[in-house]
Amino acid sequence: MTLGALHIVKPGLLTSVQDLGRYGDQASGVPVAGPMDTFSHRLANQLAGNDIDAATLEITLIGPEIVVDADTTMAIAGGQFEATCDDRPLPLGASFAVSRGQRIKFGRVMEGARAYLAVAGGIQVAPLLGSRATHIVSRMGGFNGRALAAGDRIPIADAPGARPQRKSVGLTLPTKGRALLRVIPGPQADWFHADALKALGSVSFRISPQSNRMGYRLQGPPLARAREDELISEPVGIGAIQVPAAGEPILLMADRQTAGGYPKIGYVISADLPVAGQLAPGDFIEFHICTHREAVAALISRERQLLRYADLLAPGRADGKEVP
Amino acid sequence: MLLVELEPVIDPVINERAILLAAGIRARNARGVRDVAPGYSTVGIHYDPLQTDLAALEEAVEDEFAALSALESIAARDVVEIPVIYGGPGGPDLEAVAAHAGCSTAEVIERHSRQTYRVYMLGFVPGFAYMGRVDSAIVMPRHRVPRERVPAGSVGIAGLQTGVYPVDSPGGWQLIGHTRKVMFDANRPRPSLLAAGDLVRFVPAGQS
Repeated sequence: MTLGALHIVKPGLLTSVQDLGRYGDQASGVPVAGPMDTFSHRLANQLAGNDIDAATLEITLIGPEIVVDADTTMAIAGGQFEATCDDRPLPLGASFAVSRGQRIKFGRVMEGARAYLAVAGGIQVAPLLGSRATHIVSRMGGFNGRALAAGDRIPIADAPGARPQRKSVGLTLPTKGRALLRVIPGPQADWFHADALKALGSVSFRISPQSNRMGYRLQGPPLARAREDELISEPVGIGAIQVPAAGEPILLMADRQTAGGYPKIGYVISADLPVAGQLAPGDFIEFHICTHREAVAALISRERQLLRYADLLAPGRADGKEVP
Repeated sequence: MLLVELEPVIDPVINERAILLAAGIRARNARGVRDVAPGYSTVGIHYDPLQTDLAALEEAVEDEFAALSALESIAARDVVEIPVIYGGPGGPDLEAVAAHAGCSTAEVIERHSRQTYRVYMLGFVPGFAYMGRVDSAIVMPRHRVPRERVPAGSVGIAGLQTGVYPVDSPGGWQLIGHTRKVMFDANRPRPSLLAAGDLVRFVPAGQS
């Protein structure tokens, strides 16, 4: 396979290489990382004709400027960014062909916070411990273990004209600076006053500026504990809502540590994690307590959106959905 | 994530059960299970909800645990030795720890290095092992305000715990020494020098 490259002219606010994450080494403290919005990452890959686990670029709030040093097919999914190719507007949620030397430029984001740029064949950085995901804090994976910088050349497959063009219909996640996230009670839900769980499900929390890919600090009424003992550190997963002594919760996101010692009042359900991934500091979250059964049903309906779409994308089923 | 909770105590036998339980679940290679990690007295099972039969997974956990609940002893293991240069620029808190304990720095070194420690769990950053128990005569709480940057290789204590920072990172532990041992390298066959359940001794390698 010959390699092309994405030449990073401007990196944007925070652009990093991500695949579905580095699972399998959490017992050694290796964090998972991966996309903040796995749904849009997978959709971008499907549009570009890739496996869902292929590495994409995650783009955050202010997008990059990239000169493409290959003939290839690309797709952008997720947050609604202004994007152009040689100054012509690019479709979002659709694949498009790019020729060597063309310039992809992201403008401002109109809705959501993160978009995924998929390239046919995937971003070709070397996998580390089985994954290409970047974990910035531990400087692991992706491109030299860090966010992209001006002058970087990111290896991609050179795949001229092989892919049909594809378009998705209405597959965006609802976020306009505010999201409703469903929550199941966490392992230490009973460490909190009954009022705290009620408060969690009835007030808005604001995402503080001290938030990042590791987690969102949430500003709102403090969630009062019923017991004050120290929790012995234990494994944590994505979506955990942990509450330090001061009572302001932290929602753990893609770059979370593998373990933690704060009690967890709840977990955001898997179906709603991609929605959380489209939020930014200053946005508001409302939580809604639900059951495990409702969580599974919600995930199945979210997956059906993608599966139905994958079916439309099957070879020979272009269905006239070409991009104009 | 499914969290399996054993007794909420820091105890070598309970920890041994958690580690063996994690290994047993991992060895089953159940569909949908992505990762299994033990804590001090817990096991985290990361699974894909769409690929996993949760009832069957919970039953598997019960079966594995039933075989372990009678376990009261810990299998003998080799001791991993970690050479440490105590004090000096690599151990800036050694004197403060000695002052806190009301003893000499030599005694802090002696007490820290004569203990055999158990690795209870890894976390915080790749390869960071939480080890215990530190001799109660030299126990000191962590810094109220963590340092912005603790260099890789720093050996620290905090309460009854001791550990080595594998990479430059923020950290609040009292730094008493420094090792050149590489605690974590993703490119070697066994990336993490230490695994949960390992035994560790720190060996004084001179005082700078």
